[in-house]
Amino acid sequence: MNSETVKLPQRRYVIPHRVKIILSLVFTALFSGFAAYAQPDAQEGAKVFRRCFSCHMVGEGALNRTGPSLNNLFGRAAGSVTGFAYSQDMVRAASGGLVWDIENLDTFIENPKSLISRTKMRFSGIKNPKERADLMAYLRLFSDNPANIPEAAPTLPLRDPDVNPVILAIKGDPEFGAYLSGECVSCHQIDGSDGGIPSIIGWLQADFITALQAYKSEHRPHPVMQMMAKRLSDEEIAALAAYFETVE
Amino acid sequence: MKFNRRGFIGAGVATAATFGAPMVMGAGHGKPKVVVIGGGAGGATAARYLAKDSAGAIDVTLIEPTRTYYTCFFSNLYIGGFRDFASIGHSYGALAAEYRINVVHDWAIGVDRDAKVVTLAGGSKIPYDSLVISPGIDFVDGAVPGWDVSAQNAMPHAYKAGSQTQLLKAQVEAMPAGGTYAMVAPPNPFRCPPGPYERISMVAHMLTDINPSAKILIVDPKPKFSKQGLFEEGWGKHYAGMIERIGPDFGGDKVEVRPDTMEVVIDGEVEKVDVCNVIPAQKAGKIAEIAGVTDGNWAPVHAHDMRSKMDDNIYVLGDASAQGDMPKSGFSANSQAKVCAMAIRGALTGSKVFPAKFSNTCWSLIDTEDGIKVGASYEATDEKIAKTSGFVSKTGEDAALRKQTYEESVGWYAGITADMFG
Repeated sequence: MNSETVKLPQRRYVIPHRVKIILSLVFTALFSGFAAYAQPDAQEGAKVFRRCFSCHMVGEGALNRTGPSLNNLFGRAAGSVTGFAYSQDMVRAASGGLVWDIENLDTFIENPKSLISRTKMRFSGIKNPKERADLMAYLRLFSDNPANIPEAAPTLPLRDPDVNPVILAIKGDPEFGAYLSGECVSCHQIDGSDGGIPSIIGWLQADFITALQAYKSEHRPHPVMQMMAKRLSDEEIAALAAYFETVE
Repeated sequence: MKFNRRGFIGAGVATAATFGAPMVMGAGHGKPKVVVIGGGAGGATAARYLAKDSAGAIDVTLIEPTRTYYTCFFSNLYIGGFRDFASIGHSYGALAAEYRINVVHDWAIGVDRDAKVVTLAGGSKIPYDSLVISPGIDFVDGAVPGWDVSAQNAMPHAYKAGSQTQLLKAQVEAMPAGGTYAMVAPPNPFRCPPGPYERISMVAHMLTDINPSAKILIVDPKPKFSKQGLFEEGWGKHYAGMIERIGPDFGGDKVEVRPDTMEVVIDGEVEKVDVCNVIPAQKAGKIAEIAGVTDGNWAPVHAHDMRSKMDDNIYVLGDASAQGDMPKSGFSANSQAKVCAMAIRGALTGSKVFPAKFSNTCWSLIDTEDGIKVGASYEATDEKIAKTSGFVSKTGEDAALRKQTYEESVGWYAGITADMFG
């Protein structure tokens, strides 16, 4: 072997052990911080609510959207919000006397289908009990019952920016939307299953447009969705909204 | 044709619908016929969209030799113990039963482009009006001196998922304590750019559990690789001291293997190893070459519809195609298939054709709940499929974001396999 081909082992690359030690120290510090949270925390719950607010409004002026308004949720009979078209299964459960107390709500949020098999709420649920407790602490801020908690104004970051009414009013072409949807259903399942990637079928058009415009303006942070939304024109977004609203 | 009342009305509608967009009718048969060779991310998606969107107006035949298709994507997660083998296997039952696709389990061995007929290994001849070739990859002969398909039992490639993947996992599990796993990484371009390095992560994950003093050696002809900074950060964090990479500066591009003695020779230096995963240089699946639509190793296509530059009646999808900027990935093939299916349907039935849009995202798993991703969107230009924008995970992301990225990849797997197989 001539001298040119001799390998210098120290110049081959090996991940040094000290990097691992430093990183593990950082992580220990991070995780010990979590132990400080023991009680349900409404502020943390506000963050958890980010997973819900595409479909649900809560707080002053909250309207029914893809899902019903969540004001005065605690102690309310299931399926009882005026003007919201519930699934048949929810109506049946309601006539059986289902009330949204903390236990029922906890079960429902953990896995909606376990309580109401064909609920319109296409959401895989929140498996972490602490996150559910925090979320319910947040939602309690918007219930008169218990009566000593007044209704509060919604926390600002939980609303997407209002979309220009002209854009919102664009009438989308569902056939064009069906073609464009090919890009969406590589990840979002067309049967509405939600496992790691949310369901996007059956949304109200206005909610769909508002959400995609929020990605387009980078108000919503997800990099894949920002990339997808940024290259969609307003007409294309309207077409997708028109198509996905019709998918059962 | 008999002109009873129902038939006449139907014929009238069909005529009206074709004004301005002539319907191509294959010679000697009523409905246009599309044959799709290859039932992976490109072929299965194209077949499904053609059948679904034409609602019976096109006869679709899908030729795929395997009864159960094991996806290459997520096969590394099986090696790492994050998925069981059955979970990456998919049948063609729904494509046949629900979408009425004629699924033929056989090898395509010939294409007569003048007669527009595909010949199968079993002897059948299948005519087409449009042919989609989506065969994935084959390996370049002699790419790694000492290795050929007869050596793949001693030194598996595991780069077409299936028994090879199971073999490689079993070999890693059987490594002696403190043994060496070597990977001969491929030169560009190749299927799934982050794939070899996700595999290294998954092998390291398994060895950390069962054989923590084992070593991993990557022999790499490339100076750089996909998501390199992210992988290196992750390897430092999770598998410190286990992984060594020899790039072209140190002979990573001058490698030969000796399967009989389990030796890897790197620029003349002999390394004895216990497992050797050889991923050779790649080319379009053989049938593309047989059909005469390749130029060099790959099949050049037009960006707007994936139509071959060699034959107007043939389309080439996925890894086998030379299309421009998109990486060779299942996601890319799935994306290209939908554009292609729309274009074919438009050409054969006069349905509306919209402008092509392409996208790709590749997720990789480094360790438990430590997922990363890279992606981009693309548009068709006259010259090629051109990248318009992209993103990549960042080093130093917090554990919650990495967990979310991993969960997203699991959701994507469910989504794309539903999009392929129905």
